[in-house]
Amino acid sequence: MTHTAWAEATGSDRDLVDRRLVAWYFVAALVYLGVSLLGGLLMALQLVRANPLQGIELLSPGRWRMIHTNAVAYGFLANSFLGALHWAIPRLTLRPVLSRWFSWFIFAAWQVVVLATAGGILLGHAQGLEWGETPTWIDPLALAGLLLVAVNFLAPITAARGPLYVSSWYFMAAFVWTLLTYAMGNFLPEYFVPGTSGGAIAGLFIHDLVGLFVTPLGWGLMYYFVPILLKKPIWSHGLSLVGFWGLAFFYPLNGIHHFLYTPIPMFLQYGAVIATVAVELVVATVLVNFFGTVWGAGRLALANLPLRWFYTGMVLYFITCFQCALQVTLTFQAVIHFTDWVVGHAHLVMFGVFSMWIFGIMTHLFPRLLDRPWYSNRLAEWHFWASTVGIVVMFTDLGLAGMFQGYYWAALLPWEASVDGSYPFWIVRLLAGLLIIFGQLCFVVNLVATWRKREHV
Amino acid sequence: MFESKGGVLLIGGLGFFALALVSNALVPVQMYRHLPEQRTEELVNANLMYQFEDLSRRFPESFEKYYGKPTREQAAEALALGRRVYVAEGCWHCHSQYVRPVSNESRRWGAVSATWEYQNELQRPVMFGTRRVGPDLSREGGRRSNDWHAAHFFDPGSVSEGSPMPSYRWFFDGSAQRPNRRGLAIMAYVQWLGSWLESYPYYEAYQPLPRLEDAP
Repeated sequence: MTHTAWAEATGSDRDLVDRRLVAWYFVAALVYLGVSLLGGLLMALQLVRANPLQGIELLSPGRWRMIHTNAVAYGFLANSFLGALHWAIPRLTLRPVLSRWFSWFIFAAWQVVVLATAGGILLGHAQGLEWGETPTWIDPLALAGLLLVAVNFLAPITAARGPLYVSSWYFMAAFVWTLLTYAMGNFLPEYFVPGTSGGAIAGLFIHDLVGLFVTPLGWGLMYYFVPILLKKPIWSHGLSLVGFWGLAFFYPLNGIHHFLYTPIPMFLQYGAVIATVAVELVVATVLVNFFGTVWGAGRLALANLPLRWFYTGMVLYFITCFQCALQVTLTFQAVIHFTDWVVGHAHLVMFGVFSMWIFGIMTHLFPRLLDRPWYSNRLAEWHFWASTVGIVVMFTDLGLAGMFQGYYWAALLPWEASVDGSYPFWIVRLLAGLLIIFGQLCFVVNLVATWRKREHV
Repeated sequence: MFESKGGVLLIGGLGFFALALVSNALVPVQMYRHLPEQRTEELVNANLMYQFEDLSRRFPESFEKYYGKPTREQAAEALALGRRVYVAEGCWHCHSQYVRPVSNESRRWGAVSATWEYQNELQRPVMFGTRRVGPDLSREGGRRSNDWHAAHFFDPGSVSEGSPMPSYRWFFDGSAQRPNRRGLAIMAYVQWLGSWLESYPYYEAYQPLPRLEDAP
């Protein structure tokens, strides 16, 4: 920490961090976020029967729904994380990544992977695996890309001397897990394991992608940025250990909870439910640690916009995980499985938590990457409030919609009753989505204005 | 160990991941190894052939053009293509393929899903699905006529009022009477779903549930 503070004060990280690369990763991420939002908008319009682009093959809502989720996972989240890691890892280890040239090559290669995924899905080559719709011919390329990422970042981490900071544990493990998860999910159920057992593996994949790729990178970055912005160390090293090892042990055991009441053996379903509840307890320790850290500096966490993004994301993370501990039980599953409740949960976790952390990181880093302050603090505030209100409304709305749908079905009403009954909720969801899109437009406008501003500080 | 590079990489990264893979994935694989995976050709049954021949009679020009005669080989080909279309269009994001033993699902759709139903090439990856905007399809075969399906794929609202399902005009050569290769294939696939069960319905005998407001 002192090293980093020193580096920041003296500006001597110039040899460590390739600022242009970080900025370009963020720009690429925001482009894919825009694509994803358009996909979501199209699907939302389709559900309220207001899609103006009916009957066009390349604009099929079914295909754009896959673009929506894949652009978020591999376009927005992956690019944002890679950008943030190019900032955090060299400063944390005081060593540059393996090679600057290599880093730019990976950047270009990853954009090829993401664009090919989008093109492949649009042309009807999707793979039948949720969150892994990447066409099968791209999977080996994506895997090679992930391997290069791991090599590039593990070089400085393994070379660093002395005890490793918490963030490094999360990053190291995440590089291994992402590779393994991607290989497991994309190859086993496609080529080797059919049916129910393949479903169990697909469940592991869906969940590990969140739990072993997004979550450890997200928490690793929070362990890095929160103490720096608060200018105080993390509250408890012991709790950090509990959080990391609890996640490492329990998270991989969760996957089957995506397919409860399927023909997957019941004892495995019970095991996944128990492991999921255990994860919530682990998550609680991590949150206690972060709220212990901010204790006494609450005013700063409200006044400082990046910190407000981080802590809002953590509050929503707690809600997500609390919700998860309830919804994973068989009692809840009987009603809410297959409903919009799950869709609301997915949006809360992906947008309300990890995207918020990324927006916080971007809000913190862009002025440092571009050497100038934000063009407008008011636009930055609009970004925060539109995103926060939008996601809270969307998640509440979809949660309610899910319960209505579940009970309509259980009551054996005709199917149309559940569709008609969902209609008002889908309207509200569309409006919440438009609010979220408005927030991101504020951010992009602010960024463009900042970038074009001539006077440097 | 808990803070060392080796510990994090080997125990956390590799070890726990491997533990989960063995306990959650290899265990069911071992448990179900007595159920060998069926190839697509083995999945062509009498119910599917009935529907495939029905398609050839209802859409003679299109069928002749894209599939020729309704043979078993052609049926297998249509089935495999239908499954690819089902995946490519994301049908499985709005329709599930498993009937759960709860929430009155077996009363709505029929028998609760069992493992043996999924041990085939067309369930690799398995099409359990993730969301039900529309109903479960694992027992859909035979419930509706091929005419209905053609009209429905062409313009869902025309036969299912208020349906939020998108129209799939690209399954047709211009009109609902002229399904193309993909259109015939997806209809064959949907009619195949549930065709392996004793209780395969024929739409002539199918009575939809009355709407609540129409009930006396």
